[in-house]
Amino acid sequence: MRRVVALYRSSVGKKILMAVTGFIWIGFLAGHMLGNLKAFQGAGAFDTYAHHLRILGEPILPYKGFLWIFRAVMFLALVIHVLLSWQTSRLSWAARTTKYRRQESLNFDFASRWMRWTGVLILVFLVYHILNMTTGTLHAGFEAETTTQSFAFHNLVTGLGNPWVAAIYIVAMVAILFHLWHGVWSLFQTLGASHPKYVGWRRPIAVVVSIVIFFGFVSIPMAILTRIVHLQ
Amino acid sequence: MNLTLHVWRQAGSSAPGRFETYQAKDVSEHASFLEMLDLVNEDLTREGKEPIAFEHDCREGICGSCGMMINGVPHGPNKMVATCQLHMRFFHDGDVIWIEPFRATAFPVVRDLVVDRSALDRIMDAGGYISVRTGSAPDANALPIRKHESDLAMDAAQCIGCGACVAACPNASAMLFTSAKVSHLGMLPQGQPERWTRVVDMIAQHDLEGFGTCTNHGACQEACPKGISVDFIAHLNRDLLKSSWKAAEPPASAVAGGR
Repeated sequence: MRRVVALYRSSVGKKILMAVTGFIWIGFLAGHMLGNLKAFQGAGAFDTYAHHLRILGEPILPYKGFLWIFRAVMFLALVIHVLLSWQTSRLSWAARTTKYRRQESLNFDFASRWMRWTGVLILVFLVYHILNMTTGTLHAGFEAETTTQSFAFHNLVTGLGNPWVAAIYIVAMVAILFHLWHGVWSLFQTLGASHPKYVGWRRPIAVVVSIVIFFGFVSIPMAILTRIVHLQ
Repeated sequence: MNLTLHVWRQAGSSAPGRFETYQAKDVSEHASFLEMLDLVNEDLTREGKEPIAFEHDCREGICGSCGMMINGVPHGPNKMVATCQLHMRFFHDGDVIWIEPFRATAFPVVRDLVVDRSALDRIMDAGGYISVRTGSAPDANALPIRKHESDLAMDAAQCIGCGACVAACPNASAMLFTSAKVSHLGMLPQGQPERWTRVVDMIAQHDLEGFGTCTNHGACQEACPKGISVDFIAHLNRDLLKSSWKAAEPPASAVAGGR
């Protein structure tokens, strides 16, 4: 723990902690995306999967026990990631208070330039997404799950059937695409993974990961809007 | 050729600054950028005006003092050269050139285009050294080193501390400079004893000086007149991570009963 605190004190250590928490969230996104793709297998497979997440670990863990442990870990990773990005951003803004009259962007990369703002967009979307699909607060036709059954498929299709809601999801996925485009590459760099054997693979890996996650997620609202995925 | 210059003029570190416009007439294409400024300054002196203050020393790209922002790029439009090595043949008659000092909170303006870069020296003081025993010089080949490491260390040692990386960085971070110094010493056998404290101390000083935080943007390596690669930043990050367990080992001197 003392070593984590020591890392936190230095600007590079803050970045290392951001890279690790970012990596945890990339893992989550990959799992979430694979779960979502079960929508193409129909209501049965999707609802069984959703229900299974709630009974996972029973009887050692209580109902939803695993889910809450998982949520706590993700929440902690998110808090660390957001807090440190806020702190490092403030350090950077203070590091140049007088702006240049003219400054060329020597290597224009939209993703790295807009990293902070795609991050803010993703955070706002995350709050909306939980209110929309988890609690159902912002979902007109939401049906809460019972201890024996989930209505995730119903909630998914009725929620994303609204083109405005689908548009919000697609815009948020564009933000995730750009955030990962720079984030995955940056992750390797920050963790010092630059061995000559694979240094050339860092950019292609970042491109593939961000594009696969983007299309994996966006395929769901697209399929619902085009009625490829629909209620019975 | 004739040029229009918009130059940042600032009488002192606390004085307000502004752009002044000057005409540089009959500039030879063989002149260097600094020689062009010398000619403008001669005109200004003749007119009884204060000449433009800019820092310069070796004028051959090794001292690192002549950095300035030329049309929004540190050291001007040419890659891998310092301002003093930029020649006027790369400009055209009638060009408008904006000249600004490097801007960072850690680089306060001293006067006009001159900034105080001693923050970089203090980063060096914090860990940019090695411990050697005094006495007669050791045998040249007594310390084995692989060619790969030797080459990389020499690439890092190219850094002249001009501050162009800070000037180009959207975060005004000096991470390319710090990583070049940490890697240069950390890759050589002579630099091993302090390796795990050096990286921690130099980054701590970097942060203390008010430089920003690296976001792996990569503008620094494009601006660097010596072509230092951001791979050295990865090396620095790796050494900092390793230091969290390596530095926890008792220092060799304590084990041997010394100090």
